Amino acid sequence: MGSESPGLIGTSGDSLREAFGKALSELADEFPQLVVLDADIAGGTGVHHFRKSHPERFLQFGIAEQNMMAAAGGLAAVGQLPVVTTFAVFCLRAIEQARLSLAYAKRNAKIVASHPGLDTGPDGGSAQALEDLAAFRAIPGMTVLSPADPVEMALATRAILEFDGPVYMRTGRSPAKRVFGDDHTFEIGKGHIVRDGDDVTIVACGVEVARAVEAAALLAEEGIAARVVNMATIKPIDAQLLRRCSKETGAIVTAEDHNIYGGLGGAVAEALGATRPCPIEFVGVRDTFGASGEPEELAVMFGIGAKAIAEAARRAIKRKRRAA
Amino acid sequence: MPFTPKIIPTAGRKDEPVLRHSIETDIALAARFVRQHVVASIYHAGSGHPGGSLSCADILAALFGAELNVWPTAHDDPARDRFVLSKGHAAPALYAIAAHHGFCDKREALRLRKIGSRFQGHPHVLDLPWVETSTGSLGQGFSVALGMAMGLKMQRSSARVYALLGDGELQEGEIWEGAMCAAHHKLDNFCAIIDYNKLQSDARNEQIMRLEPLAAKWRAFDWAVAEIDGHDVAELLKTFRRAGATHERPSVIIAHTVKGKGVPAWENVPQWHGSVKLTREQAEDALSALGAARKDIKDYLDGL
Repeated sequence: MGSESPGLIGTSGDSLREAFGKALSELADEFPQLVVLDADIAGGTGVHHFRKSHPERFLQFGIAEQNMMAAAGGLAAVGQLPVVTTFAVFCLRAIEQARLSLAYAKRNAKIVASHPGLDTGPDGGSAQALEDLAAFRAIPGMTVLSPADPVEMALATRAILEFDGPVYMRTGRSPAKRVFGDDHTFEIGKGHIVRDGDDVTIVACGVEVARAVEAAALLAEEGIAARVVNMATIKPIDAQLLRRCSKETGAIVTAEDHNIYGGLGGAVAEALGATRPCPIEFVGVRDTFGASGEPEELAVMFGIGAKAIAEAARRAIKRKRRAA
Repeated sequence: MPFTPKIIPTAGRKDEPVLRHSIETDIALAARFVRQHVVASIYHAGSGHPGGSLSCADILAALFGAELNVWPTAHDDPARDRFVLSKGHAAPALYAIAAHHGFCDKREALRLRKIGSRFQGHPHVLDLPWVETSTGSLGQGFSVALGMAMGLKMQRSSARVYALLGDGELQEGEIWEGAMCAAHHKLDNFCAIIDYNKLQSDARNEQIMRLEPLAAKWRAFDWAVAEIDGHDVAELLKTFRRAGATHERPSVIIAHTVKGKGVPAWENVPQWHGSVKLTREQAEDALSALGAARKDIKDYLDGL
């Protein structure tokens, strides 16, 4: 937790897409091979910053994501460092290109997807990707990230450029609550404890981390000490930390702005099933499509808000006690 | 014993003219080797796509024999030309021409589609670095090649990029996304070659999904278009040279070919497109039609 800007924590900051776009632009000089690929939504994905600062390395593909995704493989093959940017739903459209021409060929290419989940808001169900984490996680060799706040997004942007291999990273559309201070650090593959507690662990990613922190505060009022883990890397998942949390708190809640199937919840269940099983409650969209509305309204409507997380925590603790 | 089947210029079909010794002769001999190797590897594999591998043999032989600046000893030289087999199911032909030019061992390349073999049913760059990229899902190799051309242009490299496409492959929407993109970005270092053999998996293109007017489509996308006989080596070489001289436009060569070319019984018959299992007799007949000597036929088909 930060000490330099404690006043900002919990306030509404930049959207994750803006934080990503600004970071990418700032990092461009350090990564001379970096090229940014866009399918006519630079204003939506945040890379309008890069377009302005480095127009010669900004590659326009028009509204044609399949060609863009596979072309990234060719750019990587000749030594460029391509970052493909579009909305998460359109990454799903080009997922077979990501599979064959990026992952199968083991290209050092990055896919950065804005507008994931209900956080997409008013655009409605057609635009809200609730399946991307599951789909990209199933591709061999694909690293999957969903950073939590603007501070972490900037750090993760550097991390993916330094990392050698294909990466899928979610940003976000709506203003994101600050979770971390300026002293935050980020490492691919490492989860970290945002708030400690020993009754239950809430494992969250993306915009759900801020809601998990809020849920922990609600639970604290009832005397429940909830631990909150920020699991920004969904693949490879930090199985060691999960095992420790299972051992120390005996109950887990996963929270994600994604279908309850196949995303963070699936990854956590797989890891714990193979190491130290304990009761797990899954907070996410319950195998349905989204709808129009503001993100906070949708979070309540689809049961992924702070209250829903707190309720899941109570259920998990009850199951733990029953099992004991 | 090294496996080096003799390719005799006059041992082919009776109606073939005796070839003068020249670069064209070398390429014609390489193409004949490719066809023989394709038949043998598909025979051993028990599956594979002979029709589309035979139709592109002359194109591949011309590219590797005279156009591409690629060498086995420098397959990772950044300045090399790039070739992408977008119609990845013609892998047996790519493996054969690569073996002919020393990128891999001829006998190892007969282990097509076998367990543990680097010569998978579709080319994979992690198994064989000289294939440039993994293909097998139609449309994608074209886009990857386009990305290479884009990157090389940014780097001010003089390397050129070639992609070989199937005709059925042109039904993929991704091709037309890429066609628009390459023209927009003025990728004059990029050349697509269409192996236009008129047949696809189930039937003729025109029955499945009509491609014509094909040259007009590419012209409308602002490509430099050439339409040639894809089995005429001299014409192929001339057209490659012309394509290399285009300015600010990508070029496409529509190469009219015959599916199953070289094996009369298979020519223009759709059933030889798809994955087929060749009997010993079919393989022997085909190799014989392709001018392989009796001893070479035995070498090809025995003792793998």
